[in-house]
Amino acid sequence: MSASKSAAFFARFRSLLALALMVLALCLLSDRFLTPDNGWNILRQISVNLCLSIGMTLVILSGGIDLSVGAILALSGAIAAGLLKHGIALPAFDVLLQFTTAGAIVAGLFVGAGLGWCNGVAITRFQLPPFVATLGMFSIARGLTMLWTGGFPITGLGSSFGEIGTGTFLSVPMPVWIMSVLVAIFVLVTRRLRFGRHLYAVGGNERAARLTGLHVNRIKIAVYTLAGALAGVAGLIVTSRLDSAQPNAGLGYELDSIAAVVIGGTSLSGGRGSVTGTVLGCLIIGVLNNGLFLLNVSPFWQQVIKGVVILLAVAIDKMNARGRDS
Amino acid sequence: MPTASDIVLEAAGIEKSFPGVRALDGVALRVRAGRLVALLGENGAGKSTLMNILSGVYPPDAGTIRLDGREVRFANPREAQALGIGIVHQELNLVRYLSVAENIFLGREPLTVTGLIDYRKLHADTAAVLKRLDLAVAPGTLVADLRVGQQQVVEIARAVSAEARVLILDEPTSSLSAHEVEVLFGVIAELKSRGVAIIYITHKFEELARVCDDVTIMRDGRVVGEALLTELTRDAIVRQMAGREAKEVFQKSPAVLGSEILRADEITLPGEGAGRPFLVEKVSLSLRRGEVLGVFGLVGAGRTELLETLFGLHPERSTGRVSVNGQAVNFTSPRDAIAAGLALAPEDRKRDGLVLPMSVAANASLASLDRTLRGGLVSESREAAYITPYIERFRVKTPSLHQLIVNLSGGNQQKVILAKWLATSPKILLLDEPTRGIDVNAKREIYAFIDELARAGLGLVVVSSELPEILALSDRVMVLCEGRKTAEFSRADATPERVLHAALPDLAAIVS
Repeated sequence: MSASKSAAFFARFRSLLALALMVLALCLLSDRFLTPDNGWNILRQISVNLCLSIGMTLVILSGGIDLSVGAILALSGAIAAGLLKHGIALPAFDVLLQFTTAGAIVAGLFVGAGLGWCNGVAITRFQLPPFVATLGMFSIARGLTMLWTGGFPITGLGSSFGEIGTGTFLSVPMPVWIMSVLVAIFVLVTRRLRFGRHLYAVGGNERAARLTGLHVNRIKIAVYTLAGALAGVAGLIVTSRLDSAQPNAGLGYELDSIAAVVIGGTSLSGGRGSVTGTVLGCLIIGVLNNGLFLLNVSPFWQQVIKGVVILLAVAIDKMNARGRDS
Repeated sequence: MPTASDIVLEAAGIEKSFPGVRALDGVALRVRAGRLVALLGENGAGKSTLMNILSGVYPPDAGTIRLDGREVRFANPREAQALGIGIVHQELNLVRYLSVAENIFLGREPLTVTGLIDYRKLHADTAAVLKRLDLAVAPGTLVADLRVGQQQVVEIARAVSAEARVLILDEPTSSLSAHEVEVLFGVIAELKSRGVAIIYITHKFEELARVCDDVTIMRDGRVVGEALLTELTRDAIVRQMAGREAKEVFQKSPAVLGSEILRADEITLPGEGAGRPFLVEKVSLSLRRGEVLGVFGLVGAGRTELLETLFGLHPERSTGRVSVNGQAVNFTSPRDAIAAGLALAPEDRKRDGLVLPMSVAANASLASLDRTLRGGLVSESREAAYITPYIERFRVKTPSLHQLIVNLSGGNQQKVILAKWLATSPKILLLDEPTRGIDVNAKREIYAFIDELARAGLGLVVVSSELPEILALSDRVMVLCEGRKTAEFSRADATPERVLHAALPDLAAIVS
């Protein structure tokens, strides 16, 4: 096996091993852990974070960061819920547009993609550092969510909309389907699409990518647009599951998704990492949260432990990188 | 003959491995007080690794380092520094947005009694060091505002000011102007007379006679020869470095010129911010199929900027007319230039040419990924099939296509860049310092490739600051000085004196 492949293999292997050890330990510690119900439970719980984290993986691979996905999640969900519940009045034409469930879903996704696109444009055309651009968008989207909802939840969205978060298909929960399809798509995108290869090149060396004639700006805009759209998907799942759009939905989710990406072995400096790594990262966090809950560990301790896991994961990566580089 | 008691630094049995590479395999090196030992060897021979070990960047796997006969171990560069080992790395290690003075004394700033930085003393000390190195900049100048050559001098000033007893210089002259080189040689002579031991890595043979006493030659992680310089001929050195009989002179084949393929009129690139108003000023050039146009100039002459402008990197600021194959073009990005058949191999491979976290294959196919798709998807097998002929054509030495590019030597990295561009079937190749930091043998290979590509009908523009290289390769030589074109010679007329004359600022001013 070649050097690069074996290094990547061992990075992956380490995460898998960590996950396996956790599962094993939890099987021994709790008889409620290894049940089908709990398994679905974990998958359902990680679905929202995984949707966000796939987008975050693309962004981080490109050498950037996106702090606005949690806020975009909230706004997309709120807009979809609002349009579905109340429609939108266009006084100029003296009409009230009513939305079907499908229409509301599309609108929610458009809002997510549109805000992501704005991020991309701010970062490329206006040369803002990704941290700053998405920090600004975070605040804007949070504010717009408050304006749109008036600070109150929008509830009672109907059963067909509720299917997204609570329905099942072939006895598999819908969020798990959505998450699985997205993972499959984006594993393909990053591994086999030209766009994916270009994405790694932009994150690995932007100057070289530019000199090689790659559409660096277009690639970045696409990456942030996708991250926004995926935040929209997450927003729809959250809103549907609760049957209500909460003005404060997704608070702090961007940090959870960064954590999953980092635990999954993707380098914050860009150009190194994978979507499959992020899937493992999400699973590790999901199993950890679930296990600690089953063991009646206080949520406050759960946060502390999650922090320690993040630090350990990155520290181990760094130690390996030190042996590999130079 | 120097005696054993002169030995300041002695390394013995040094071994170091990186994953997949045995970089050093039992290396011994002795450095004597007041003498300069030149460390020669191809890229990948292990010179830089050895220097990194001697200066505490990383520990050896095995072996001992003795300083004044006592065994020492360095946990980090700071400990090596404290024991009097100074190093000027090949790559610049300066903090761009600190001043010259702050950089030179970084980590050893003079303090006042209250514990604050004593800027008066800092600047006075800096001024004294700069005077020694004849660098006319104020101590408070930001490093970012200096030319690359000047930054290199600052780097040297940092090592010199530390009053090291052992000074390691890793290709210190690669970006220096002729004058700066002279000053450096003067400082080296002075340091030697004060008993400083110097290790000097270089690829430029002409420098040896000026500064060198002893020669140590490395190959494949071992020392293969040690001698006084006076006992060695150039041929003998090249032979030992290469490990085989090396043909000394590159034989250029006669040019068969075709139609004009590239024409540029009055290319102008204004400067940004302070400094010269024009980086490139009204430079015109013409290139025919099968021709190698050499562009010579000292650092800061605008060579790189000229190539970048031709390649569409400065569409907003630059002016001038360019035509390819007789058709006027207006490149707004490198993409346009590539579509028109241009390719640029940049001067700084790591910064501009390579995607370091990627494999050899991914780097080589990056510019031509469209041609390796199957059903719209990247196919690794098709990619390998497409790229392998180019990798083989340029004789890239790599264990596999999946090897990370960062693990290859400089010469092989450069060959991958050439392979990458050739895979796009370009018509015009712009090569910026194609042999910078590359060993003698890889250099000769690159020269042969350039020759071969010209014979195949490509037009090539080769930028270099090495005069022998320009003279050996070019059918025509264009000379730049401070952004302006000061002369153009046919191959027959291009003598070293004439070309150099046109490249030197003060002389050029008199001529024009």
